[in-house]
Amino acid sequence: MRIEDAFLGVTVALLGLVLVYLFRVAVGPTVFDRILGVSALGTTTTIILLLVGVLYDRIELFVDLSLAYALLSFVGALAAARYFEQTGDR
Amino acid sequence: MTVLVVLLLAAGLFFHAVAALGVLRLPDFYTRLHAVSKAETLGMLFTLAAIIVWIGPSLTAVKVALVGVFVFMATPTSAHAIGRAALRTGLKPWRRRGGSP
Repeated sequence: MRIEDAFLGVTVALLGLVLVYLFRVAVGPTVFDRILGVSALGTTTTIILLLVGVLYDRIELFVDLSLAYALLSFVGALAAARYFEQTGDR
Repeated sequence: MTVLVVLLLAAGLFFHAVAALGVLRLPDFYTRLHAVSKAETLGMLFTLAAIIVWIGPSLTAVKVALVGVFVFMATPTSAHAIGRAALRTGLKPWRRRGGSP
């Protein structure tokens, strides 16, 4: 039972959680539930990227990837929230 | 050292599971927003701590810590923006069926 198996297990579990957030995005009654699902999805994917970086022993590459991804998902969530603030909840 | 990494990973996974449970079970948007933004941030801190302990003190560990600091600041900000947007468009918070305030 090497340590990589623990990292692999956590990565697979987080992928399962991504499905939960996708379910919330699909079902969410209001549009803000969907924005919440997407932003939580972004954060979880950032962590999955880092864990995959540890699994592949090429952490330098994946750290930069996850930082860029965290920035993008943050800005995207803010833009969506600001947009739906005006147009309201159809 | 390995035990510490496994413990940190388990704690991170626990809080991620709590966040996912909160997203599924809670009745209203505001309660879900509340649950996810808190549990997600804490779970992320634990997982990143595990990664930092595992790869040892190096420049990359500083970068991973920077990612952690950024997400630690970004998630509450975006949760605040989404919550304010929902409140402004008139999304009423959930009340218990008894209607008591």
